[in-house]
Amino acid sequence: MSCDSTRTVLHGYLDGELDATRAAEFERHLENCRECAVALGAEESLRSSLQRSGLYENAPVSLRKKVRADLDAATASSVALRIPAWRWLALAAALLIVASVSWYAWPRVQNSASSAPFTAAELIDAHVRSLQPGHLTDVVSSDQHTVKPWFNGKLAFVPPVKDFADEGFALIGGRLDVLGGQNVAALVYARRKHIINVFVLPTKEPDTPIHPPGLRQGYQWRHWRHQGMEYCAVSDVSDSDLYELAQLLYQ
Amino acid sequence: MSGSDQGRGPDVLEVQDRARFEQLVLPHLDAAFNLARWLLRNRADSEDVAQEAMLRACRFFRGFHGGDARAWLLQIVRNTCYTWLEKNRPVELMSEFDEELHQQPSVSPETLAIAGDNRERLTRALETLPPRFREVLVLREFEGCSYKEIASITAIPIGTVMSALARARQRLQRALTHSSPQEATREL
Repeated sequence: MSCDSTRTVLHGYLDGELDATRAAEFERHLENCRECAVALGAEESLRSSLQRSGLYENAPVSLRKKVRADLDAATASSVALRIPAWRWLALAAALLIVASVSWYAWPRVQNSASSAPFTAAELIDAHVRSLQPGHLTDVVSSDQHTVKPWFNGKLAFVPPVKDFADEGFALIGGRLDVLGGQNVAALVYARRKHIINVFVLPTKEPDTPIHPPGLRQGYQWRHWRHQGMEYCAVSDVSDSDLYELAQLLYQ
Repeated sequence: MSGSDQGRGPDVLEVQDRARFEQLVLPHLDAAFNLARWLLRNRADSEDVAQEAMLRACRFFRGFHGGDARAWLLQIVRNTCYTWLEKNRPVELMSEFDEELHQQPSVSPETLAIAGDNRERLTRALETLPPRFREVLVLREFEGCSYKEIASITAIPIGTVMSALARARQRLQRALTHSSPQEATREL
């Protein structure tokens, strides 16, 4: 293998895109070629700079709103064009049912400020944002005694932090987030390969049981209040998994 | 519900398609914006173009029969960006893509680490690259796309993704370790 050809193959190696034979061949070359070893080191350094740079640009809220409005326009006109008038009654009835179910299942921002002080959309946005490269955790640790003190002085409250690795929900860290304009603690759990965010903020409202699940854009959440804290767990895991974690946290 | 909807009839989403669109495509809005922002190098233009791309995605959504929704959307975003660039900044697209890979003295990992830690410098270096180099880097390093996804988004043959990345990274290293981007361009 000549150095000329390895200069390209090196990138396939760096990106994990070589098959096993070619990767082994490249590694053998690497043992005897200092030039290529330095070049690989340089590429690794460049990659880590790019990934740590925070240069990923999330969609601004204004764009999110415009896209939603476009979607509404596109869907509404379709309904208007295709559905005969008598069906509107049925549609209205269906919407009423959906609305009442949503009112029950969603964090109830629509209702009053004394309920969960954030909307389902804000919740999902916060969850999705956390999944972007480099956004998930501010403190990485599976040790609750590391994660908990990390929040000290960063928030006006102390979130309860527990690890449930034995139950299949490993604590992987925490971060500060903003939900409904408030600073909140986000505890990050891993369930197999899925990420669960548990948002925690203080509340003066009385305890509630774990509310029925909410669903939006493929993400589910469970919301409850317990001992002066408001909790919302959100993820793409199944609702039974989410409910299990909610119960563990509730204890 | 008024006459203003005329002509849009066949383009728009059925109610059930809307739900699928929200579930499959909408979660990739950040990816769409990020790609547009790095292709157009300007937030305001990117917002407009990403919005237009989402509208197009809506219209084409009936033709999407499952598979990788992110790659499908990013392909539309990329095409929308290039159409916009052709119209508004044609000069930017004239840079040569198939430049030879030059053997150059290796830069030490330490030198690169220092240069790369400067966020401003990294941004400038990325922005001096021709769009076709920039996009493969953004897709690979920011979006974590596989070579297969990069090939389908950028319409380059899968066999050439590796060498495209090799050239793009070489250009980025050069832009990053030269004292100013102007100098880097002059040397080309």
